[in-house]
Amino acid sequence: MSIFGKLKPRFFILKQTADERAKYLVNFPLLWKSTVLLTAGVALVPLIFITAVDYNVTQKSIESEFLLRTSRIVSNTRRTISFFISERKASLDFIVYDNDPEQLEDPARLAAILENLKKGFGGFVDLGVIDSTGRQSNYVGPYKLRDKNYSDQKWYKQVMHRHVYISEVFLGYRKKPHIVIAVKHDLPNDSFFILRASLDIELFKNLLSRLELSGSGDAFIINHSGILQTPSRGHGRILEKASVLIPEFSPKTEVLEEKGPDGEVLLIGYNYIEGTPFILIIVKKRRLLMKSWQDTRLRLIAFLAVSVIVILAVILSTVTYMVNKIYIADEKRVAALHHAEYANKMASIGRLASGVAHEINNPLAIINEKAGLIKDLLTLKQTYSYDDKLVGLVDAILSSVKRCGRITRRLLNFARHMDVSIESIKLDDLIHDVLGFLEKEAEYRSIVVSINMQDIPEFQTDRGKLQQVLLNIINNAFAAMDDGGHLDIMAEGKGNGLVSISIADDGQGIPEGEIKHIFEPFFSTKTGQGGTGLGLSITYGLVQELGGDISVWSKPGEGTRFTISLPLNINEKGNSKI
Amino acid sequence: MRILLVDDEEELVSTLAERLAIRGINADWVTSGDAALKMVESQHYDLAVLDIKIPIISGVSLKKKIQAKRPGMKFIFMTGHGSEDDFMAGSKETGPEFYLVKPVDIKTLIEKINMALNRRRDTL
Repeated sequence: MSIFGKLKPRFFILKQTADERAKYLVNFPLLWKSTVLLTAGVALVPLIFITAVDYNVTQKSIESEFLLRTSRIVSNTRRTISFFISERKASLDFIVYDNDPEQLEDPARLAAILENLKKGFGGFVDLGVIDSTGRQSNYVGPYKLRDKNYSDQKWYKQVMHRHVYISEVFLGYRKKPHIVIAVKHDLPNDSFFILRASLDIELFKNLLSRLELSGSGDAFIINHSGILQTPSRGHGRILEKASVLIPEFSPKTEVLEEKGPDGEVLLIGYNYIEGTPFILIIVKKRRLLMKSWQDTRLRLIAFLAVSVIVILAVILSTVTYMVNKIYIADEKRVAALHHAEYANKMASIGRLASGVAHEINNPLAIINEKAGLIKDLLTLKQTYSYDDKLVGLVDAILSSVKRCGRITRRLLNFARHMDVSIESIKLDDLIHDVLGFLEKEAEYRSIVVSINMQDIPEFQTDRGKLQQVLLNIINNAFAAMDDGGHLDIMAEGKGNGLVSISIADDGQGIPEGEIKHIFEPFFSTKTGQGGTGLGLSITYGLVQELGGDISVWSKPGEGTRFTISLPLNINEKGNSKI
Repeated sequence: MRILLVDDEEELVSTLAERLAIRGINADWVTSGDAALKMVESQHYDLAVLDIKIPIISGVSLKKKIQAKRPGMKFIFMTGHGSEDDFMAGSKETGPEFYLVKPVDIKTLIEKINMALNRRRDTL
C-alpha cells in the first residue's frame, strides 16, 4: 500500500453500495473536499490577492521612487550648472556696466579685471573686448589674440543678434576644454562692443563627476547634436559622439526608459539647459536600480509560499481531524443503531421461539404419555399381546419425543438469555451449549471439534451475550472451513483476572487487506449471499460490553484464530455499557 | 398412597394417572384448580402433582390453598414452560428437585414422588 494509502483517512474508503452509504448522515469524502476547498479558498484568495496587490504597488512605488530621484538629481544638477554659467555671464554684465568703454580698452585695467574674476569666481581663462567692426581691440590671457577679427564668425553674428552667446565646449590651444561667454553692450551713439571670456569647464566637470549616482549612474552633458561636452563614465569621451540618443526637446526635466546599445534597459533623465547649447543627461541602469526590488520580491514570494503551505497544512490536518471525528461518531451511531436493531430482532426471535416451544411442549407431553401408556400396556398388562416390534416402534416414538424435548428446552434457554443479566457461568457448559446448536452440521460435514479447557473457575458474565459471541465466531469458522475441517477451542485462565478463549479453524483465512476491517459494521464479503456485515461488529460490541477484548489472527490458506479475553468479574472492569 | 394430578390438559393427566395406576400408584386427576380443591376437601391425598400454569389460578397459589386445608401434603410441580420464572417459583416452594419439565419421564416422576413422600416421613 502506498504512503498516501496509509495516510488516507478511513472515511475516504468509500462504501461499496449506495445502500451502505445511505446509512451514514453525510457523504464524508465530499464533506472533506468541500470543507478543504472552502476554507482554503477563504483563507488563500485574500492572501494571494493582497500579496499580488502589494507586489504591484511595491514595484510601482520603487520604480516611481527611482524615476523621481533621478529627475530630482537632474533638476538639481541643471540648476547648479545653469547657475554656474549665468553667474559668470552676470559678472561680465557687471563689468560692462561698471567700466567705460575707454577703461576696457586699457590692457592694464582689463588684466586687473581678469585677475579679480579669477579670484572672485574662478574658471576664467582670458578676457577680450571686441569692437563694432569685429576686431578684438583689447585682450588679456595666455594667447595672442589681440586684433583678431571675428566679424565673419558665427558666434559673432549670434551675439550681435541676441546680445549674449554661450559656446559649446571646444579644446583650446592647450587642449583643455573650454567654453566661451560673450555679452554685447550697446553704446549711446548706436555703436557697441562685445566682452568675451573663455572659461575652463573644469569646475562643472568636477561637479558632474562628483555626483553620487546609484545603479552605475553616469552624468554628462551633450550638445544639441549629441557631442559629449564633458567626459562620461561609460558613454564616450569628451567631444565624441555620445552613445545615447539625443532626447526629444522638453522645457522641463524628463525621465524616460530606453534600451541601451547592449540591450540593457536604461533610465535616462535629461534637461535642456535654458539659454545654452547644453543638454544635461543622467543615465542609470534599471536592472541595478531594481536590485533591491528583486530582493523584496523574492522575500514576498517566499513569504507567500510559506504562508500557503502553512495554511494548507493547518486546513488539511484540521479538516481531516474534524471530519474523522464526525465520521467516527456517525459510525458509532450507525453501529449502535444496528446493534439495537439486531438486539430487537434477536429478542423477537427469542419471544417467538419461546412461544413455539411452550405450545409444542404440551402436545409433546401428551404424545409422551400416550406412547408411554402403550408401552406400559404392552409390557406390564397381560391383556395385550406383547410384541417386540410394537415395543420397538413405541420406543422410537419416545426417543423422538425426547429429542423434541431437548430442542424446545434449548429454544427456551435461548429466549431466556435475550434479557441482560449477569450470572455465574461455567465456561465448559456454555461452550457445549453453543456447540449443541451446531453439532448436526459438524456431524454432517465431518468437522472435527476439539475442546481444550484448563481449569477455569465459574465466572461472572452475561450468559446470553457470551453465547452469542461464541456462536457468531464458531458459525463464521464453520462457514470458512471445508468439509472435514478442524475447529480448536481453547480456554485458559490468564492469572490476572482474565480468561482467554481462542477459537481456531483451518479454513480459508482472511486476506491481509480485510483483517483490519472485519470488525467494522457493514463490512462483509458475503453480501451477495445474504450476509449483513454485522455479525462481527456486533460480536465486537458484545465483547466490549462484557468488558473484554477481541483480536484476530489470520493467514489465507492456513486459517483464522479469534482470541477473546474476558474479565473473571465483569463488575471489576467497570466499563460495562449494558 | 394416594396422589392427585392437576393439569388443564385432560389427555395428559388421564394418561398419566393410568400409567401410575399400572405401576400400582393410586392417582386421581382433575383439570382445574376448583376441582382440585373440591377433591382435596372430600378425600385424603398424600401428594399433589401440579401444573404451574393452569387456568384461573396458578399452580403456586393452588398449592398454598391446598396446603391451608391439608398441611401435611407434599407437592411436585410440572411445567411445559421451562422458563426461569417458573423454575424460580417452583424451586422456592418445593426445592428444585421437585420441579419437572414436560415431557416428563414416568420413572423420574415416580422417583420424585417417592423422594417427596420420604421427605415427609423424615420431617414428621
